Amino acid sequence: MPAVQETIDRVRSIDVDQYKYGFFTDIESDKAPKGLNEDIIRFISAKKDEPEWMLEWRLDAYRRWLTMSEPTWARVSYPKIDFNDIYYYSAPKSAPGPKSLDEVDPELLATYEKLGIPLREQEILAGVEPKNRVAVDAVFDSVSVVTTFKKELAAAGVIFCSISEAMREHPDLVKKYLGTVVPVTDNYYATLNSAVFTDGSFVYVPEGVRCPMELSTYFRINEKNTGQFERTLIIAEKGAYVSYLEGCTAPQRDENQLHAAVVELIALDDAEIKYSTVQNWFPGDSEGKGGIYNFVTKRGDCRGKNSKISWTQVETGSAITWKYPSCILRGDNSRGEFYSIAVSNGRQQIDSGTKMIHLGKNTSSRIISKGISAGKSENTYRGLVSAHRKASNARNFTQCDSLLIGQDCGAHTVPYIESKNSTAVFEHEATTSKISDDQMFYCQQRGLSDEEAVALIVNGFVKDVIQQLPMEFAVEAQKLISISLEGSVG
Amino acid sequence: MTIEPRALETRAETELTEAWYKERDALPGNEAVAGRRKAAFDAFRQTGLPHRRVEEWKYSDLRNRLKSIAPFAARRDEAGAKSVLAGLDNVYGDVDRHRLVIVDGHFHAGLSDMAALAADGALARPLAEALAEAGEALMDLPAIATKDAAVGLNAIFCADGLELVVPAGVTLSKPVEIVHALGQDAASTAGRVVIRAGEGAEAIVLETFLGGTEGTFSNTLTDIRAADGAKLTVARLQAEAAGTTHVGTAVVTLGAKTAVKVIGAGIGSGFARHQAFVAFTGEHARADLLGITMVRKGQHVDQTLVIDHAVPNCDSRELFKTVVDDGAKGIFQGKIIVRPHAQKTDGQMMTQSLLLSEDAEMALKPELEIFADDVQCAHGATSGEIDEDLLFYLRARGIPEKEARTLLVLAFLAEAVEEIGEEVIVEAFEARIRAWLDQAA
Repeated sequence: MPAVQETIDRVRSIDVDQYKYGFFTDIESDKAPKGLNEDIIRFISAKKDEPEWMLEWRLDAYRRWLTMSEPTWARVSYPKIDFNDIYYYSAPKSAPGPKSLDEVDPELLATYEKLGIPLREQEILAGVEPKNRVAVDAVFDSVSVVTTFKKELAAAGVIFCSISEAMREHPDLVKKYLGTVVPVTDNYYATLNSAVFTDGSFVYVPEGVRCPMELSTYFRINEKNTGQFERTLIIAEKGAYVSYLEGCTAPQRDENQLHAAVVELIALDDAEIKYSTVQNWFPGDSEGKGGIYNFVTKRGDCRGKNSKISWTQVETGSAITWKYPSCILRGDNSRGEFYSIAVSNGRQQIDSGTKMIHLGKNTSSRIISKGISAGKSENTYRGLVSAHRKASNARNFTQCDSLLIGQDCGAHTVPYIESKNSTAVFEHEATTSKISDDQMFYCQQRGLSDEEAVALIVNGFVKDVIQQLPMEFAVEAQKLISISLEGSVG
Repeated sequence: MTIEPRALETRAETELTEAWYKERDALPGNEAVAGRRKAAFDAFRQTGLPHRRVEEWKYSDLRNRLKSIAPFAARRDEAGAKSVLAGLDNVYGDVDRHRLVIVDGHFHAGLSDMAALAADGALARPLAEALAEAGEALMDLPAIATKDAAVGLNAIFCADGLELVVPAGVTLSKPVEIVHALGQDAASTAGRVVIRAGEGAEAIVLETFLGGTEGTFSNTLTDIRAADGAKLTVARLQAEAAGTTHVGTAVVTLGAKTAVKVIGAGIGSGFARHQAFVAFTGEHARADLLGITMVRKGQHVDQTLVIDHAVPNCDSRELFKTVVDDGAKGIFQGKIIVRPHAQKTDGQMMTQSLLLSEDAEMALKPELEIFADDVQCAHGATSGEIDEDLLFYLRARGIPEKEARTLLVLAFLAEAVEEIGEEVIVEAFEARIRAWLDQAA
């Protein structure tokens, strides 16, 4: 495992407060005035050149949002958010819609280079075998900057573009599916997102098509005081397959920034969607100053028979994470999977988990969640597995393991299991432990240092989940975990 | 999530408020006790009856269940109490024991084996009497229990009950049975039992909850306090009549080096909530909680546990088995809390449920809340039906289907029964389990 050695090296060389992606790029940007009201929403909608129905949709969401109150059930605490102190629209100022990479602000390209995201198609073409290529949609602050490999994807019939573009070019698809998995009034943050979302990715894979490459979106919050509200919609038609990767970073700032995204996945008969996330928003410094509030609603709908949706997430960033990627197993024989690694250090707070809602017959789901808490962080798994009356032969297996490093952190498990069908078989197990002295002794005896031993044991602990990630992400995820845990050893 | 304004006061809530103004002057206890009742009442006025928006009561909406509150039961005369008792099962048959009798929440010394108990070294007296003396010490409970709505209601309305003291160093030669009998007329009761085991004391206590009728609301609380080195086994069998609403709370406080085992069996009542709050206050203690629940015909039964590891080096084991049949609903909620610095905690919780019919329901919520790193904590939860392969195996060997099913349910429960460890309790519980299964056949 060369990655392990790499991880260890990384742990050695990096300081706890050294967030690799903490740089800030000085780019002129086009901002809407601070605050939230109907005019701002009209402004956003006009900026995006949206059809009238979309504006109505947003305004309706906004009016509903005004009647809602912030949820308080999650095990996270933070000062009250002033929703009027946020810029809801910030776009890098460049010519309206870059036609090619040459038109993109070089500063921006440099940013992506720093992030290690290869936007230049030639570079990818030069370096990698065609089947391993990754098409990238990059979202900078609030808007999608560039999408690569469009032509090739179009040849296969796959639509991969920013959601604003999709609204203009494929309004029927957007209208048909948007808000059908996460309804406008689903929850406080989803409703806010519905009102103010500025961009995001749109993927449509037509019937029988296996998407020829991995699709990927990188999100970055750059501007000060901005909130990022993106919306992702992925539709896999009958028999289609798509694998989608998502990565996020933000500069180091000492104020908190809000990220409230909505992701909707729709899998029709025999379709499969694999959605992987490496979330590395700025987590705040070791004293808990700054960092992103990551309040995200992600949900997949296995609408068709034999469909499958798989969520894999590696959560190392954000000051506060509030996120429950879920599957609605509506079609008969459909399958949902959730693999998660949530690492918290410093004063991070994570409240994350999943919902597997079994509605159809012979549906199955699998949940593997690994939580690692260090420093003074709190890490909660919260999940729901439910079987509806008609969900005969539903199956679920859940495993939630927590690893505690240090005595000032907390690890919590809050699973809800609801069975309304006697033929449903649900199994849940959870454990919490620390790295045992025996394991450490065994490693040290073989000449590993403390840090090396911890890195090795932690990598073993999360292996089940890492294996589910596409290769490019797996390596990145392993590095991230080591960086996140740096300073907690000993 | 939308804003939900506090719902208008329900009829039952109004009746409880009226009951307080009517009863408060007659309720026993010194001034400090009255202060605690008042505080609990003020809290009730704020929150009302617990409902589905209250996380701890999510699956058992008491506000919805209690459409109306029957008047609180007055104390019966001895003949009246005797006739209530005569109409109920004798769960422990001819087992040699000290029997203490509570009818509708009021203790009846005249019907209890007071002399024999005293000769064995233990003391019992009506709680009303104890509350009049230094009652506040008897009212105060560990913090994890005090916020609970049902515990609060018991504090407001508790009119009597029992204080049982097993002094330091005393080992009782016989089990003590505490019968909680309910009369045939619908009434509300809020009996409370305080069991205090002194240092190194040992005892077996058998609590049985029987009787009642449609409209009965019994909200009992058993406060079990084990001083350092004490050993207690408390078996709680709830077999009230089908129409009752039963909330039974057990609060356990463990001193250092104690071992307390609480065994609960729930088969009765139309709507039952059995809750246990376990607080460790001294090191090297161990708590065992066992639960055997069997429900059918639209019954609703809820097992809720909170285990609070506030000090290092303690162990807890929880094993709960639930059998749900015929339109009934089972609930298990168990939370293990490990406080900061409660290192070397070992907490293991297992809950398994068997659904026997298509319309049976089960909800499980095992929780871990951990703030210390050097701990071993785990929970497991399963839900499913009888394994067809096992059934086939038995039937292939000539066992008729009904019998085979009975055997498999028995086998499912056996794991918990085996953990009981006290023959007296095992026999009584097994007889109940078989009777329940025979009813099905």
